[in-house]
Amino acid sequence: MSTSQSPAGAEGTVAAPGANAKPARTGEPLLEVTDLRKHFPVTAGLLRRQVATVKAVDGVSFSVHKGQTLGLVGESGCGKTTTGRMIMKLLDSTSGKIAFEGHDITRYSQARMRPLRRDIQMIFQDPYSSLNPRKTVGAIVGAPFRLQNIQTENGVKKAVQELLELVGLSPEHYNRYPHEFSGGQRQRIGIARTLALKPKLIVADEPVSALDVSVQAQVVNLLEDLQDELDLTYVVIAHDLSVVRHISDRVAVMYLGKLVEIADRDDLYERPMHPYTKALLSAVPIPDPAQRDNRERIRLQGDVPSPLDPPPACRFHTRCWKAQDICKQVEPPLVELSPGHMAACHFPENTTVSETDVVAKAAVVSPEAD
Amino acid sequence: MSDAKRPAETLNGGPAEVTAGSAPSTAFLELRDLKIHFPTDDGVVKSVDGLSFKLERGRTLGIVGESGSGKSVTSLGILGLHNRRNARVSGEIWLDGTELVSASEEQVRRLRGRKMAMIFQDPLSAMHPFYTVGAQIIEAYRVHNDVSKQVARKHAIDMLGRVGIPKPDKRVDDYPHQFSGGMRQRAMIAMALSCDPELLIADEPTTALDVTVQAQILDLIRDLQQEFNSAIIMITHDLGVTAELSDDVLVMYGGRCIERGTAGEVFHEPEHPYTWGLLGSMPRLDRLRNERLQPIPGSPPSLINLPSGCAFNPRCPYADQTDGRSTADRPELRETGPGHLVACHLPTDRRRQIFADEIRPKL
Repeated sequence: MSTSQSPAGAEGTVAAPGANAKPARTGEPLLEVTDLRKHFPVTAGLLRRQVATVKAVDGVSFSVHKGQTLGLVGESGCGKTTTGRMIMKLLDSTSGKIAFEGHDITRYSQARMRPLRRDIQMIFQDPYSSLNPRKTVGAIVGAPFRLQNIQTENGVKKAVQELLELVGLSPEHYNRYPHEFSGGQRQRIGIARTLALKPKLIVADEPVSALDVSVQAQVVNLLEDLQDELDLTYVVIAHDLSVVRHISDRVAVMYLGKLVEIADRDDLYERPMHPYTKALLSAVPIPDPAQRDNRERIRLQGDVPSPLDPPPACRFHTRCWKAQDICKQVEPPLVELSPGHMAACHFPENTTVSETDVVAKAAVVSPEAD
Repeated sequence: MSDAKRPAETLNGGPAEVTAGSAPSTAFLELRDLKIHFPTDDGVVKSVDGLSFKLERGRTLGIVGESGSGKSVTSLGILGLHNRRNARVSGEIWLDGTELVSASEEQVRRLRGRKMAMIFQDPLSAMHPFYTVGAQIIEAYRVHNDVSKQVARKHAIDMLGRVGIPKPDKRVDDYPHQFSGGMRQRAMIAMALSCDPELLIADEPTTALDVTVQAQILDLIRDLQQEFNSAIIMITHDLGVTAELSDDVLVMYGGRCIERGTAGEVFHEPEHPYTWGLLGSMPRLDRLRNERLQPIPGSPPSLINLPSGCAFNPRCPYADQTDGRSTADRPELRETGPGHLVACHLPTDRRRQIFADEIRPKL
């Protein structure tokens, strides 16, 4: 299905249950990421000798189909932002493959990448630092046209004004400066700039986390409307699991540089298989005082371990309440435990698959899947 | 009741909740018509403009609202942390029988830390990078307690252990940068609790933290409250956090309280259109919303130039149903049920009908 290393081939095409999961997941994926890694060297001393490696992203695979939204969640330091930056080619990957519309763009040079920049765009988290305070809105939103040398039908100004209208601003805002706008409006300016060249894929890194809840809802709705209108594909990186549930079709959970679970949205939220996903979901406070006392709470102890020295085998075993000896010795592979639902755990939850099956699947998968 | 020397004035009608009286308060904490204004070149910023509430020991009050609604200014005002040269503070703040607005800075300083303490949002900027975590807790403890360094150090280690820092006898000599975000927040809670304060103000205590660590910190605050029976003011923009911890909830908009009630009332039977807006804007984790989110149109008002009448009227979809009163008069906070107060011109029946017919189905 949507990940490259699906072992359960036969049943892989069954559509996942879920009331409003979008049906379109056929044909070539728009974006396919295979075994992506990013290792940062840690150097010390006068000679900048490498003394250690931070494995920020360590073997991540997923794919996104046209018109879909993939949510990428996890705690800080899990590698979700690094993954987004590698997709954008703002960072070079250490190894692995990024395919966009079937073309391997992993090793594209800056120059070769430039025409593709029209198709892959980014929405940034902080609407205060991502807009140049000395440029007018017109110059900011019009910059992509100039950089790509694109002639628009009625001139750049007209195009920019149309974009401003598209994101719910007024064309008269053309000559104003960013400081004259509120946070929500600035985020709209950023989105207008992102949309200028009609991209196919948008990587949004925490697009609403800097905004107040009422304004956040405006921007979330705007992103959804634009997706319907322009047939956009999103990779949304966020730590707010409620926002991700609202906008994603598929959700991937990362922990310490690894993908631990990926599934269709409703599957993941209603039947999480990886203990980490379960713990993460149970930790989110729910705005309903009546549920306060009768929720199942799983409290993870301590913090995320340092990615400089991650635990061996299953990286979650130090905080996992189900951990056994095998978790410290054998790394669980990411396997499909039900159609479209993959998890990397020796003792998954919410599944009929028994432990021996998982181990057996692991044996089948392990030769090719790292 | 040491400070009951001011003459009693006649109460000038109106509901008791919003009347500025001057009889000493019997509640543990009571704010009466608190106003905090900042004169600037552009005009007077009315960050808090007439806020009244009571809070008893062992209870948690959640204050919610968007940025710029006056939540944090209120908390700093209670602690007396506004510079009186550029902030105009009026009204009354009664803490356990002492009035704080008219009290001298020295008087307030002696209460701060001992009787009331604060947990700040960003522990990295609230702690001094040059001193060890232990030294900072020891200093806070010794200001209020006449004890030797050894005793204070032992107390600091105790406190760090209590808030769940592993190996507190070693970590006490670490610097803030050697702690992770969650541990720093714990250390700050340890510092705030080192003198057993009876009033604890937590201003966005978990906003900078990951959700699993946030859950640990919220559990910790809950446990410590049971142990010390302290009164807690929990300031946050996260309605989930509010619902988890609060007994009572106060919703602020444009420097004023627009709705107040128990957590159950505010979350399940909210009556102010702004509260509806907040709840409608929120994506839900616990269930799927097929409906689109219902954002509040527009953005929060400028505190220099608040809209006339009800400050929420330009964003309120029901403002046209009040015969123009929403744009003409400022609505007072009135009881709509026992202990449930709402500041809205819509008639109570109409509000309940709108909520039942239009709002609840979309939440």
